[in-house]
Amino acid sequence: MPAETAAADVVATDVAALWRLAAAASDADVDRALGRAGNSRGRPGLADFAVLLSEAAAARVEDLAQVAHRITLARFGATVRLFSPLYLSNECVSTCTYCGFSAGNDIARRTLTVAEVEAEAAELFRRGFRHILLVSGEHARIVNRDYLVDCVRAVAPRFAQVSIEVQVWDTDTYRRLLAVGCDGVTVYQEAYDPVTYAAVHLKGKKRNYAWRLAAPDRAAEAGMRRLAIGALLGLHPDWRSEAITLAAHAQALSRRWWRCEVSVALPRLRPAAGGYQAVEPVGDAAFVQLLCALRIVLPDLGISLSTREPAALRDALVPLGVTIMSAGSHTEPGGYASESAAEPQFAISDTRSPLEVAAALRAAGYDPVWKDWQRA
Amino acid sequence: MTPGSSEADNLVIADRVFGSRLFLGTGKFPSNQALRDAIEASGTQVVTVALRRIDPTAGEDILDAIPDQVLLLTNTSGAVDAGEAVRLARLARAAGLPQWIKLEVTPDPRYLLPDPLETLRAAEELCRDGFTVLPYCPADPMLCKHLEEAGCATVMPLGSWIGSNQGLRTRGALEIIVEQATVPVVVDAGLGAPSHAAEAMELGADAVLVNTAIGTAGDPAGMAAAFRLAVQAGRAGWRSGLAAAGPVASASSPLTGFLS
Repeated sequence: MPAETAAADVVATDVAALWRLAAAASDADVDRALGRAGNSRGRPGLADFAVLLSEAAAARVEDLAQVAHRITLARFGATVRLFSPLYLSNECVSTCTYCGFSAGNDIARRTLTVAEVEAEAAELFRRGFRHILLVSGEHARIVNRDYLVDCVRAVAPRFAQVSIEVQVWDTDTYRRLLAVGCDGVTVYQEAYDPVTYAAVHLKGKKRNYAWRLAAPDRAAEAGMRRLAIGALLGLHPDWRSEAITLAAHAQALSRRWWRCEVSVALPRLRPAAGGYQAVEPVGDAAFVQLLCALRIVLPDLGISLSTREPAALRDALVPLGVTIMSAGSHTEPGGYASESAAEPQFAISDTRSPLEVAAALRAAGYDPVWKDWQRA
Repeated sequence: MTPGSSEADNLVIADRVFGSRLFLGTGKFPSNQALRDAIEASGTQVVTVALRRIDPTAGEDILDAIPDQVLLLTNTSGAVDAGEAVRLARLARAAGLPQWIKLEVTPDPRYLLPDPLETLRAAEELCRDGFTVLPYCPADPMLCKHLEEAGCATVMPLGSWIGSNQGLRTRGALEIIVEQATVPVVVDAGLGAPSHAAEAMELGADAVLVNTAIGTAGDPAGMAAAFRLAVQAGRAGWRSGLAAAGPVASASSPLTGFLS
């Protein structure tokens, strides 16, 4: 692992010791962790985060939610930023057991031409979006650097802000993408536990755990402004240890790359081609506890919630700390400007249109923010 | 103006006269309507909006909430260095927005602390370029003097970290800034309660800028009205000549009056 990186900090984190804190936490420990939130006698840290993931804290989830709500409102106001994914391609050479795009799956494959990307982007703009996330499977020949640069160049003039969620690249490639108007990189480590990681990533470049873990560092080194990370909940049997490592990674990125905005996503496994079943599904109560603990310990963290989650739950989670939402998403290449027969990456659950999501936010007293950036 | 003066109490910035000394930020409001109501209740004549939030192509834009008679102070929120701040200001001008710029250079997205070096560099360039520059800055008296010399129309030192609602944690430095300033001093950031705004005005600030405390209040318009009164009360207190505070009691009826 490259020294002086957030990835190295993550590897050096004693997750087992933090996990033991979670396992042994008492009600009094939970009180102390909550007491440190927002007061001046020391900020809450990873040890507090572990405590807030404990069984003792699970019994206090309403207390956690109240604190998380207060912190979110103070830091972000009653606002949620909206964005849309735009899938470029579902071609993939990696075999990942949980993913609909996995190389072995016999599915309808498609890669949008740059002109098609532009048409899809124009439709998303028409629907109100000004923040866009370009997503793709991992195919270094078909979805190569030049293609990605061309796609970013095609959509950047229209959008206030462009991010990518594609295979991980070297620093120079991130620089090229930055130069044409992409300033955000999303990389989910999927599973932070190296054994689980190896068990679900069977073939392809994605098998390289360390190269992937250090990708946000390379993106930041290249000058990217937004780093988004995440763990795919349900891959690893113990969600608490994954959550602890995710929080350690977010904190390390914020410290190492202090100019960057860091956000996390908490994707839970959804049905997809290949029929993979979660080893240990993360239930709603644990999900809420995790969301609140993240907000309490990392008050400035962007927290993103996708259309994987059902509408009612998404609406209920907004006050607890969600600051970024997608809406009306398609997870197959195409689908916005024209019908697409290509296979989606996973089945979405919240099928409301962007305007319906915005209306639900307004009804709950939140301002749906479509534009919150200006390229200088 | 000095305490006790009977002159008309207007705020003058770069030859423009303002009756209100409360500036309003526009972030964190739950809706455009809530923002509109708060602007009206605050009586403000200066509202700052981030260029990053402005979208002329949108059906409903944040600018729709701002009445015509209020001065729109575009801010450079998101700029991490002088170059970006200058480009954002020029983009605002090119879009037909007023040449009044609230300069914000905050490379750290967590505490949003103003970068003193980059803020000064940007201020120098924007002032040379004809902008009316109101810089958000650390509460550093020397930096404020440099910003004045660069040609800034005001200085806007922070009371405490932006959005923190902690009040005047920088009070000692603000007193020096107020004492030394030759341009209006607008205390910006950290004012979490009307009493904080009153305190800033009592120590001689020319105006205050408030956002989070109003935008995230249960009743933003109600809180805006409360800040309006607090700013007026604090200002009136300062103008009337505040009595000195001391460590011991001071009898309001002298005990030695019989000697005279």
